[in-house]
Amino acid sequence: MTLLSLSDLSVRRGDCPVVDHVSFDVQAGECIGLIGPNGAGKTTLLRAALGLLAADGKSSLAALPAHDRARQVAWMPQAREIAWPVSVETLIALGRIPHLPRGSKLRHEDQVAIDAAINRMGLDAYRLRTATQLSGGEQARVLIARALAQDTPLLIADEPIAGLDPANQIATMDVFSGLARDGHSVLVSIHDLGLAARHCTRLLMINRGRLVADGPPAQVLTPENVEQVFGVSAFFQHTPDGPVFQPMTVIQ
Amino acid sequence: MRLGLILGTLVFTLFVGALVSGYANASFTESLRALFVDDGTPLTVVMRDIRLPRALLAVMIGAALGMSGAAMQGYLRNPLAEPGLIGVSGAAALGAVLAIQTGLSASFALALPISALAMSVLGVLLILALAGPRGASITLILAGIAISALASALTSLVLNLSPNPFAAADIVFWMMGSLADRSFTHVWLALPFMLVGWGLLFSLGRGLNALTLGEDAAEAMGIRLPAMRLRLILGVAACVGAATAVAGAIGFVGLVVPHLLRPLVGARPSALLWASALGGAAMVLAADIAVRELLPDRDLKLGVLMALVGAPLFLHLIFKTRKEFA
Repeated sequence: MTLLSLSDLSVRRGDCPVVDHVSFDVQAGECIGLIGPNGAGKTTLLRAALGLLAADGKSSLAALPAHDRARQVAWMPQAREIAWPVSVETLIALGRIPHLPRGSKLRHEDQVAIDAAINRMGLDAYRLRTATQLSGGEQARVLIARALAQDTPLLIADEPIAGLDPANQIATMDVFSGLARDGHSVLVSIHDLGLAARHCTRLLMINRGRLVADGPPAQVLTPENVEQVFGVSAFFQHTPDGPVFQPMTVIQ
Repeated sequence: MRLGLILGTLVFTLFVGALVSGYANASFTESLRALFVDDGTPLTVVMRDIRLPRALLAVMIGAALGMSGAAMQGYLRNPLAEPGLIGVSGAAALGAVLAIQTGLSASFALALPISALAMSVLGVLLILALAGPRGASITLILAGIAISALASALTSLVLNLSPNPFAAADIVFWMMGSLADRSFTHVWLALPFMLVGWGLLFSLGRGLNALTLGEDAAEAMGIRLPAMRLRLILGVAACVGAATAVAGAIGFVGLVVPHLLRPLVGARPSALLWASALGGAAMVLAADIAVRELLPDRDLKLGVLMALVGAPLFLHLIFKTRKEFA
């Protein structure tokens, strides 16, 4: 089942194309990493795909009415904003807004989705803590749980693991690949190519707004692509413990 | 829910308190009996035509200002936002000042509030034109500041050029805000606007909750921000325009009340809306009782008292916040 379909999506800022004729489809059960250097247009691409930004070309999500879209896709922006000192559970419950009938309180099925999201992110001990008083990494996990509580077929997250410690980075990527195994799909922009290589089923590499490579990690993270797009050389090998990718030196 | 009960009881108690306080010398039971039973004494007239509308206006204005403050703070995600920010109270004040200056307010009773309302409608149209249908919340703030500045400049100009010192004094006293000598006409004039305003603001709860996560996340959750902003501007304008038109400028309610109640509702913006409405009503009622009991023969202005109480309260909040972040 196709969860997202982009064709010829372009975003211009003035005359300069920030996203340049990007096309790809997202099927159910995929864990997709969106990679590219700073300023490549990752965030712009994701926001345009969601319809949060005016764009040329087609995006199946942007074409949906706002209310239907919110049941198809959950979005976790890069800016981890928590405006008010609400409890962790209250914050995660915000993810149920698209499902709640107007004026309704949380129903049984909402509480089930909230509890599932809390369990998945291992936040049970944090339920009653004040969200604004948590550390940056803990807030990131709470916000991921919020997006999970929305319980949508597709989850799009902008650099969700930036600023997490290694254990939480790996745990979070495990959550994402677990979601994909359960038939959901996840599209995340990510700077850690090593984690992307290990956990994603597919990588999209973009550079200057153009989609440069699209496929399984081994086909995308070739020495030529990595050198051309990121300007680094890298070590990449399939080991008994899975693929290992490590950027090595900057190529002038 | 318990908070709702406590605030509701508080408002009711203060409402009764407001009904039985005033210049007319009558006991608690006498006053209330005169309110319900028309025994032909002047006390019935005092209760029904002076104190009842005054107490009702205090509730309405307090609720309107408290709710507007909670909505503005929730929308802008800033605890320092207040209803005056969109410039409507400034515009309403200008309308009132013009009515006093031109002598229109002396020719018929409702000229002043109607002129104030008309000017606030003009202010709303201006802010809608300036802030546009889309755009970040910063444009709304800037447009509000521009309109406030323009309105206050024009108000100063009227005062400056006023050839009549009595009109100038009238203007200054009016601007301090008061509920003295208001009648049921004022209640009926303000009520329709406030009902519309309350309805619009109350419908924002869900969107304000979603905005806790920022504008992008809220929009992705199906909240239509441009529509929400329009309802916010119209709702706040209807509430604040009507409140200012009948009572003058009463500050600090919209700023302090949501601040005080936020921890008690678990900081949820939707719950803060109705809590601040009740809290605002209680605060204005209490202040209006105080102006009558503290200096019964000096006509202490409600807005002045509110600022006197509000400013130190706000300082206290600042020190508390500083301690939390230290």
